[in-house]
Amino acid sequence: MSSLTHKQEIPEGGYRTPDGRIIGGVLMDLKHITLRFGGVVAIKDISFDIREGEIRAIIGPNGAGKSSMLNVISGFYVPQEGEIWFRGQKRPPLKPYQVARQGVARTFQNIALFKGMTTLDNIMTGRVTKMKSNMLEQAIWWGKAEREESEHREKVEEIIDFLEIQAIRKTPVGRLPYGLQKRVELGRALAAEPDLLLLDEPMAGMNVEEKEDMSRFILDVNDEYGTTIALIEHDMGVVMDLSDRVVVMDYGKKIGDGTPDEVRNNQAVIDAYLGVVHE
Amino acid sequence: MPIWGLSMSDTFFFALEAALNGLMAGVMYSLVALGFVLIYKASGIFNYAQGVMALFAALTLVGIQNGQIPFAHVINATFGTHLSTFGWTLPSFLAILLTLGVMVLFAILVERLVLRHLVNQEPIILFMATIGLAFFLEGFGDLMWGSEIKKLDVGLPQGISETIESLTEKWFGYGFFIDRLDIIAALVAAALVISLSLFSKYTKQGRALRAVADDHQAALSVGISLRFIWVLVWSIAGFVALVAGIMWGTKSGVQFSLSLIALKALPVLMLGGFTSIPGAIVGGLIIGVGEKLFEFFVGPLVGGATENWFAYVLALVFLVFRPQGLFGEKIIERV
Repeated sequence: MSSLTHKQEIPEGGYRTPDGRIIGGVLMDLKHITLRFGGVVAIKDISFDIREGEIRAIIGPNGAGKSSMLNVISGFYVPQEGEIWFRGQKRPPLKPYQVARQGVARTFQNIALFKGMTTLDNIMTGRVTKMKSNMLEQAIWWGKAEREESEHREKVEEIIDFLEIQAIRKTPVGRLPYGLQKRVELGRALAAEPDLLLLDEPMAGMNVEEKEDMSRFILDVNDEYGTTIALIEHDMGVVMDLSDRVVVMDYGKKIGDGTPDEVRNNQAVIDAYLGVVHE
Repeated sequence: MPIWGLSMSDTFFFALEAALNGLMAGVMYSLVALGFVLIYKASGIFNYAQGVMALFAALTLVGIQNGQIPFAHVINATFGTHLSTFGWTLPSFLAILLTLGVMVLFAILVERLVLRHLVNQEPIILFMATIGLAFFLEGFGDLMWGSEIKKLDVGLPQGISETIESLTEKWFGYGFFIDRLDIIAALVAAALVISLSLFSKYTKQGRALRAVADDHQAALSVGISLRFIWVLVWSIAGFVALVAGIMWGTKSGVQFSLSLIALKALPVLMLGGFTSIPGAIVGGLIIGVGEKLFEFFVGPLVGGATENWFAYVLALVFLVFRPQGLFGEKIIERV
């Protein structure tokens, strides 16, 4: 704490990005994570940190263990070894819904929306952790419950505006095209006002235009709400433009970690992505 | 043999009366079907024990109201005592509230002892578990409250409504016979359906419930505890079972056959669709009216007693032509 210097307001462990944003201290620290499924080692002794306010990418070829990593962070998988530190505290093994209540929201690679519900209801459901009125008040729709509902509606409308999805507010999400579904899912995650937002391949299966839109939203979320974002992506080009720092995984191991430029010039990364040329 | 030899207008009024009574009976079927739909929607489990839950709720209600000591005859047989009652009679409202507490406790135990250990199992396994649950609860209810037929009286009006009879007599020249209990049941069912749909639309828990029904993973990721939702769903199903138990118990006494009303709920579900609350209501009404009218018009030709099988045949027809029911979700596999 004491090392806050006067000349610059960069906190300990933080840094200034090329475009002038200030990245804060460590928000989440993953130490020596190992995850096994039976005999298969999905993640092998991986350590990295995520700092406040940054966009952190995890990349790697198919089957590298990226999604497993994200599932570890969001509590869907519990690693056999290693520690997860969140906001300076060691996190005990938690259930996914408990992790969510700590302020970690996520999206899924293969879209997990509530298909029968409208866009509005989906995003509203994202605010479950923010709703404080109890069961009885809810059941008889009294006092706090009613006040709360309108407060949350306001916040939800704000998100809908932000993501430019006003036109589909009342549409059941099962009927929406893929790109829009992805956007609604992002909206639901944002509704929780998370400290850490996890995006599992936010641009998978999108066309160029949709990818550009999504990139813009990710940057805007980070910029306007100051949300820390950790994302997994397949598409190298997109990731390099978006993120502040990149972790590269291959076969469950970390083979690179650094700024996009550092990673781009890392021989192990080039080999993993392009394959080693056999003469 | 009613229709033969009657005038046109008499036939019309008889049929109308049969249809009205059918509507009322249908509401009673719907009440039971509703419990099935709630659990099926939220967890994909077909809860075979729903009928027995209605029986158990009714037994518990009678027991609590009359101050019966639970397990009295087990204790008596073991220790040679002569316990029977606490000697009080509770007001209906209080007894219903206490019974509701018991049903919530039951929901918590089901989650703790059964569901929690069967997470991610095939639906058929969960179904088998509920069959086991049904047998257990049936025996447990007997053990706890005794197996004799009991009279349930929570102060609901019963018997033919004379007001309706005299009014219709005056208007149409034909007095309709309609049971007052049936009218109450219809009103209660309507209130139940409306409040359940408001609850699921506009409250946090209701939304969470629909969320869990749609996607477990996504529900977890927004911070919804599946266990809590399961307890909630089973509690609500217990509440619906209690309402059904009160209505059926008042009508025909609290006895084992009460649990068999679950069988009547099956064709209702096939008609209405397993996942639709309005479907359960409409399905119940169609079956109620259908079986009364069928008995009235076709019954005499085939020697009567068509009410025993009409519902099931109708359900079979639906299975052939519209397997998802009237309101159910169409099962489409995208390839």
